[in-house]
Amino acid sequence: MTALDVVVDRRAVAVTGRSHSPASAAWRRLVASPAARAGLIMVVAFVLVALVTPAVHLYDASTDANLTMRLKPPTAAHPFGTDSLGRDILVRVLHATRVSLGLAISAVAVATVIGSALGFLAGYLRGRVDLAVMFCMDIVLAFPATLLAIAIVAMIGPGLRNSLFAISLVSIPAYARLSRGSVLELREQEFVLAAQGLGCSGWRVLASHIVPNSLPPLIVQTTLSIAFAILEAAALGFLGLGAQPPTPEWGAMLADSYKYFTSGAWWVFCFPGAAIMLSVLGFNLLGDGLRDALDPRLGRG
Amino acid sequence: MRRYAIRRSLTIVPVLLGVSVLVFSFIHLIPGDPALTMLGERATPEKVAEVRTRLGLDRPIWQQYALYIGNALRGDLGVSIVRGDPVASDLLRRFPATVELALAAIVVAVALGIPIGVASAVWRNSPLDSLARMGALAGVSMPIFWLGLVLAWFFGVQLRILPTGFRLASGTAFVPWTNFVVLDAALQRDWATLADALRHLILPALALATIPLAVIARMTRASMLEVLSREYIRTAEAKGLSRRAVILRHALRNALLPVLTVIGLQVGRLLAGAILTETIFSWPGIGLWVYESIESRDYAIVQGVSLFIAVIVVGVNLVTDVLYAAVDPRIKYE
Repeated sequence: MTALDVVVDRRAVAVTGRSHSPASAAWRRLVASPAARAGLIMVVAFVLVALVTPAVHLYDASTDANLTMRLKPPTAAHPFGTDSLGRDILVRVLHATRVSLGLAISAVAVATVIGSALGFLAGYLRGRVDLAVMFCMDIVLAFPATLLAIAIVAMIGPGLRNSLFAISLVSIPAYARLSRGSVLELREQEFVLAAQGLGCSGWRVLASHIVPNSLPPLIVQTTLSIAFAILEAAALGFLGLGAQPPTPEWGAMLADSYKYFTSGAWWVFCFPGAAIMLSVLGFNLLGDGLRDALDPRLGRG
Repeated sequence: MRRYAIRRSLTIVPVLLGVSVLVFSFIHLIPGDPALTMLGERATPEKVAEVRTRLGLDRPIWQQYALYIGNALRGDLGVSIVRGDPVASDLLRRFPATVELALAAIVVAVALGIPIGVASAVWRNSPLDSLARMGALAGVSMPIFWLGLVLAWFFGVQLRILPTGFRLASGTAFVPWTNFVVLDAALQRDWATLADALRHLILPALALATIPLAVIARMTRASMLEVLSREYIRTAEAKGLSRRAVILRHALRNALLPVLTVIGLQVGRLLAGAILTETIFSWPGIGLWVYESIESRDYAIVQGVSLFIAVIVVGVNLVTDVLYAAVDPRIKYE
């Protein structure tokens, strides 16, 4: 046996050794599914575009306009064509990725933290806290999420920060319900009872036994929530409530294209809308894949 | 059963109260002086003071809420700042257009979603199933206002076979009775108008139907798969019944129950989606009205429509729950 073989063998052992951890097992199940792999690739591609575009190309919306180039169909110089101000649509779609994705991801991050904290507290403390928290969630859920987000931003005023606030608010109840359900289920489980029996304090049981074990559904929910938040952000932008011109944002770009579609300028609305759909599809595929990968008890759908 | 219905009905009282508090507080989310924001910078101080008094903004907050809920219970949702018309009567005048659009969308979604879901489950893992599942996923990922634009551009601008806006061709001398144009045209036996109204309905209804269609197809598939794996299905097959009878009479009937709940849950989504769809297709319902009111800062309309839709959603959820319990004898009422 040559030295090389030994190295290869050791690597094989190392790989199989690691594969016993639940995380790597879930990862292997995830990448084994073609749909989840496609979703993962799409998500990674969009995130890369969002991170890389501003680094390699500086965008100045005020100098970008070129009125001699208004509403030109796709050419080699402008692969996605130009919009009503003669701006290159490809450049704007790429730069908008950061705005739209950034808005969706930060809104979901806020909602995840606040929503799951509320849910954990409600499920753990039960009683009056539980009633109060879940009552507030029921009120938010009485509204269609899109309507509530639109109404709130209409009141507090348009803009990215206010959109972020509204989208996180309407996303909170899903996390509160999910994490509350996990706590209620887990607190009766034997390993939690055992930890309590060993004298762990209530907060320690919550922090080191209940919270980590309720993460898988929260991870799935986060991925699906980002898909939903991209749609919400685009809807707000389309109604003129999100990013304000000249900031490039997919929904706002569609609102601008709406005025010109009767003239047959399909490229103005085609590409921003496709970007919204593909990014949402990517997160949805990844979310569905994660659900199957993280819950081995579920059979393949 | 009746006790369950009564108890479930009572649970909506606190929720509706909470909903009214939230909608009431919308006006206090407006930064600065709401009256000044609504009227704009050029308003005279007297006018601002008048609107402040009319909105009750000069009173303590609990009195403001008492006034608001008292008026709302009497069907008074305030007055449009811009036009001066009562919000409630305009709302009722515009609502039929939205209901017509939403009903058309739900008909499309059910008529296509359930057969697709059944076929997907029966021929599980076939190319048809894969196609249907990808289609459903694309459907739930669809920004419907974009789909609306694409449909309007393709069928309206490129092919020129369908209208891209409004409920009737301009210049139509048609006096609706109830504002349900399709219904009115049929009642008045005005077949030309009926055909025109239906032609105008196709594109917005398709756009609005996309997400419910995808959700219903997914739910039907999952529910059918669940039912088809049951013992009684095997019994029915063993008795020598035709596959068609087993699927339609034994499986589908039982699989439809969760699908009904999902359809109930789509009502809120349809009404919120109407804001975007109606904006694209200039459909004169409450969605387009909300869009226009946001632009003109007519906050009383945004508040009124929000409260109205939330009450409908809470009501539909109640009806769905009670119906579900009535239909499914396995549900226990504690």
